[in-house]
Amino acid sequence: MDQIASDALTIVYGIANLALISLGLAIIFGMMRVINLAHGEFLMLGGYTVVVATNNGVNLWIAMLILAPLVVGVIGVVVERLLIRWLYGRMIDTLLATWGLSLLFIGIVTSIFGASTTTTISPPLGVITIGAYTSSGYELFLIGVAIALMAGVYAVLKLTTLGLLARGTMQNAEMAAALGVSTSRIYMITFGLGAAVSGLAGGLLAPITGVLPTIGVVYIAKAFITVISGGQAILAGTASASVLLGGVNGIVAFITGPTIGEVALLLLAIVLLRLMPTGITGRFFRKSL
Amino acid sequence: MRLARDFRGTLIVAALAVLFTLIAPVTLEFFTIITLTQVIGLAILGLSLALIWGFGGILCFGQTAFFGLGAYAYAIAATNIGGSTGAILIAVLVAAAFAAILGYFVFYGRVSDVYLAVITLTVSLILYSLIRRTSGPEYKIGDALLGGFNGTGAPPLNIPGDASAMLFPEHIFYVAMAALILVYILCGRVVTTHFGRVCVAIRENETRAELLAYDTRLYKLGIFTLGAAIAGLGGVFFAVGISRVTPDVFGLGQSALTIIWVIVGGRGTLIGPILATFALYYLTAALGTQQLLNTNLILGIILVIFVLAVPRGVIPTLTGWAATRRQRRALRARERRLRLRRPRGGEVAGEAE
Repeated sequence: MDQIASDALTIVYGIANLALISLGLAIIFGMMRVINLAHGEFLMLGGYTVVVATNNGVNLWIAMLILAPLVVGVIGVVVERLLIRWLYGRMIDTLLATWGLSLLFIGIVTSIFGASTTTTISPPLGVITIGAYTSSGYELFLIGVAIALMAGVYAVLKLTTLGLLARGTMQNAEMAAALGVSTSRIYMITFGLGAAVSGLAGGLLAPITGVLPTIGVVYIAKAFITVISGGQAILAGTASASVLLGGVNGIVAFITGPTIGEVALLLLAIVLLRLMPTGITGRFFRKSL
Repeated sequence: MRLARDFRGTLIVAALAVLFTLIAPVTLEFFTIITLTQVIGLAILGLSLALIWGFGGILCFGQTAFFGLGAYAYAIAATNIGGSTGAILIAVLVAAAFAAILGYFVFYGRVSDVYLAVITLTVSLILYSLIRRTSGPEYKIGDALLGGFNGTGAPPLNIPGDASAMLFPEHIFYVAMAALILVYILCGRVVTTHFGRVCVAIRENETRAELLAYDTRLYKLGIFTLGAAIAGLGGVFFAVGISRVTPDVFGLGQSALTIIWVIVGGRGTLIGPILATFALYYLTAALGTQQLLNTNLILGIILVIFVLAVPRGVIPTLTGWAATRRQRRALRARERRLRLRRPRGGEVAGEAE
């Protein structure tokens, strides 16, 4: 019984991890139809923000929960104004430009911090015991954060004026503009928010994975698969794809080891796309957010 | 008419390349020749993407997946068989078969351009993390250890049928150069055939091509598989050039570089990406020797600038520029003739310019 609980927790953590690293990408993709190839680097910058802040004596929690999203969000706004703005409607060029951006960020961070791992943060919150088994309290905390973040995004989109305008812009940008919504501003804010969520995720994962200029690579493959399998709906897509892919990955990895688990995740995603080319939410939960 | 002229252009470039092959070993240093073999492998990779992206309109971000599979398949097969000729064939077939399976899911699922880019990239990244984990002695295929992070050794080429007769580096250079030239001619030929023209038509307007009763999925799958086979061959020469295959062939950096070659060289040309491969290889090699500027930084800036400012790439921009100049000169010459004939009417023509 204890073992089942402990293993289930591991799988749930895998799902939460997937949702956490994908949500920022999903916001930007779902709202703006922009695939941000620099997503991994936003996560990486979040991680570095935490490392730099804690090295300078800032409390770890403040660094992770406030500074990381703030810094990366500002970077996101700057990027949108300087680069993405010129490329709306040209999806392939946006892809290429954000890829250039990703290399640029890797280059800058490598020049400043060097190419090796620079973190010494250990995950806070110690261990918790489930009967005879132990589990990391921090992982439990991350599961909570993933759920809270989903709820937060839902609340912003459903309950605030900004969310209403954003949803309107997402549905029909021209109509929204005709009704007096500054779509350019909405896009800027959306991109900034997506970047901020990515930064938060990167900051939260920094104590577990460490930070490295090229750490983005570790995340982006999984994040892209999750977002594409999920389809256009931000929350329902990310949640359903995370549960499906993360669950299968976790179960297969539990039986055969992590290598095969990742292959299973990829195979499942490709077969899924053959069956549902527009993602899970292209077929089911169409009206959802 | 134009197609025949295009192919004649291909042959002229190929003749120049043959000339270079004959001169290079005489004038260049021995070490440069050895490095050149590996750059030729990369150039074949660039050429494969030039074919499927520039002419097929398929934006494949993970062309390195086929390149890397070719390299690994060659290394493993050559170690097991003990000869390189069959191994090259196996490498090309493995890359093509993998692309055919992946392409079936992607093209027959009617996945859109942008998704395709991300899926192919993801596939190569997953291969990267997969092959990096194979460091234990239990991960081996036949006699070949996969070696995880450190990669596996790739035996040099040998004379067909005689596994003990290894080729010297300068001979491998000849073989690699011959492969590049032949593949270049093949690609130049393919894009002028009916198959190639249909692929270009699909690139221009897929719906219209489909309404003209072409099975666009099949054509895309065809050119995608051909491109992957070429990339696999490139992987073979890259592996032979550095006599080792490491997981980095699947890495994000390699994928990005391949895209940058084609963007810089220009989509819709075959020679542009090849030249860009050579140029950027030596640029990154030069950047690697100094500490001031990071290579990724420069590559990122190059990519962003080209997307924003020179989206067509160097070669098409240059030829376009030359064409407009030629046109303008012809126009001016005609005006001058008109002016000579009717001195008063000349001013009006001059204003119209």
